[in-house]
Amino acid sequence: MNFAFLQTPRGKLITYAILGIVLAVLPWVLTGGFENGKAWVRAVDFALLYIMLALGLNIVVGYAGLLDLGYIAFYAVGAYCYALLNSPHLQAMLPYWAHNPPFLLMLLVAAFTAGVFGLLLGTPVLKLRGDYLAIVTLGFGEIIRIFMNNLDRPINITNGPQGINNIERVHFLGIDFGRPVQWLGLTFDMVHLYYYLILAFCVLIIFVTLRLQHSRIGRAWVALREDEIAANAMGINIRNVKLLAFAMGASFGGVSGALFASFQGFVSPESFVLMESIMVLCMVVLGGMGHIPGVILGAIIVSITPEILRDVINPMQEAAFGKRVLDPENLRMLIFGLAMIAIMLVRPEGLWPSKRRAREFHEHDEEARA
Amino acid sequence: MSTPLLQIQGIHKRFGGLHALNDVGLSINAGEIYGLIGPNGAGKTTLFNVLTGLYQPDEGRFTFDGHDLFRKKPYVVVRSGIARTFQNIRLFANMTALENVMVGQHVRTHSGVIGAIFRHPKARAEEAAIRTHALELLEYVGIAKRRDELARNLSYGDQRRLEIARALATRPRLLALDEPAAGMNPSETEGLKKLMQKIRDDGVTILLIEHDVKLMMGLCDRIAVLDYGKKIAEGRPEQVKNDPRVIEAYLGVAPE
Repeated sequence: MNFAFLQTPRGKLITYAILGIVLAVLPWVLTGGFENGKAWVRAVDFALLYIMLALGLNIVVGYAGLLDLGYIAFYAVGAYCYALLNSPHLQAMLPYWAHNPPFLLMLLVAAFTAGVFGLLLGTPVLKLRGDYLAIVTLGFGEIIRIFMNNLDRPINITNGPQGINNIERVHFLGIDFGRPVQWLGLTFDMVHLYYYLILAFCVLIIFVTLRLQHSRIGRAWVALREDEIAANAMGINIRNVKLLAFAMGASFGGVSGALFASFQGFVSPESFVLMESIMVLCMVVLGGMGHIPGVILGAIIVSITPEILRDVINPMQEAAFGKRVLDPENLRMLIFGLAMIAIMLVRPEGLWPSKRRAREFHEHDEEARA
Repeated sequence: MSTPLLQIQGIHKRFGGLHALNDVGLSINAGEIYGLIGPNGAGKTTLFNVLTGLYQPDEGRFTFDGHDLFRKKPYVVVRSGIARTFQNIRLFANMTALENVMVGQHVRTHSGVIGAIFRHPKARAEEAAIRTHALELLEYVGIAKRRDELARNLSYGDQRRLEIARALATRPRLLALDEPAAGMNPSETEGLKKLMQKIRDDGVTILLIEHDVKLMMGLCDRIAVLDYGKKIAEGRPEQVKNDPRVIEAYLGVAPE
């Protein structure tokens, strides 16, 4: 295939225009074309949230090369931030001005708080790398979850395992995202409204990541990944650059978490288990570490595949055996695990790697052939 | 004689029981090429690591260009004007030659996250300047044609040159080169010698570790000899070459 056309300014413009139109009509195609279309739009909304998470983790793992197995903790921090300020649960205790802050301010608070937690994680692990770093970050993720599970005593802050209920939906630009809106003869349900909201923030995060990638900071991150000692000797302040990577990555997670809490209307520690951290890491690795389109692709595949399996395997089973023999929920991890093994064997650089990474993995093939 | 550019006195560095640097002192004047030689394990690279902040010395004094650099972090040292290369090349292997040199300018530039995201005019101008200067430096060391190659794919000699370009990108006053000619053939070594002389003529002082004695004799203004962590001789090349302690350190003592 020849992609040269896509590189010209006009080609780019046309590509983005087509992409924009597809993304704009996607929820309507789904609700119009499928019986359970709303569930599909919902799945897409979650995929978008995962894209944000994967892009955040990509900064830490893909650019700066710091393996983080507790990333979901920042998602949790963002989600609880939103939940605590926007639900009746804590409102008796909080001063009046802290109730339901304006949406954009709320997101800034969530991003900032998650960023602070990123620094909290980053500071003690500055000297760790590889396996050791992975273990500590894994522990950190669990600590956050366990805190949320147990902070219902002595003062009930997080409401423990029951989680926080009745979280207010987003109110933004005069729209209540919890209620259907009639516009242009279309009924925008909550899933549609949230689709556009989350998409907007997703695009924002992609934009920020792109800008960071091609900047002095982005280069310092990559240098750190490539050779920490050399980066140090070139006068890069390793401590600051690492902490910045942790904080930036965490703040993306915080934004995503806040949107998640408002969309779901409910948060509990169960949403933030280790498996979720691993899933986000899989999205990054599977798609292509350090390459934004790859990471997005990875996030979409990993988060949408289970939904497709559910809708494909059940009818298949019913057709073949007349009943459901296996619950696809149980099969999911099996299939997922096998897919991961296959991909790591065949394409260790990820499905859609950056040119740099593809070269890194495959130039030895050429040498071997020559 | 004006005050020396770099001055260290009484530097000690111990690794457990090993006394890697024992009361080492030297001073380097602006504009000279200063050589550091000694048998393997004499402490040359340790001294380099101390001078560039990668190791913290245990005792001593270390001033450079009027700054006290004793036990300072590497980024402080680099900002004060000391840059280095490594004995076993440490480039950012999966970045292009150009990107490597751009990273080298990190310490002399300031754009942060805000500048990166909003790309305001100042950040744009800085980014453009970084790029231009990186290209100039690649041109300067003679590998401009290979700017978009990954550092790992460059030939050995070009990697050495790229490391020098990256170090020069920090705009140093003193350039410390750790065995830059190791593994080079005679014509590559000759090219490197010319490059070092050019760098010196452009106002950068050079501190050089090298085993190639012929190269050192023809190039250095002064040479210091280290053995077992101690400085055993210092002076002009021909003085050092004939110093009995140096001959002893390299060849051993003739039996009586």
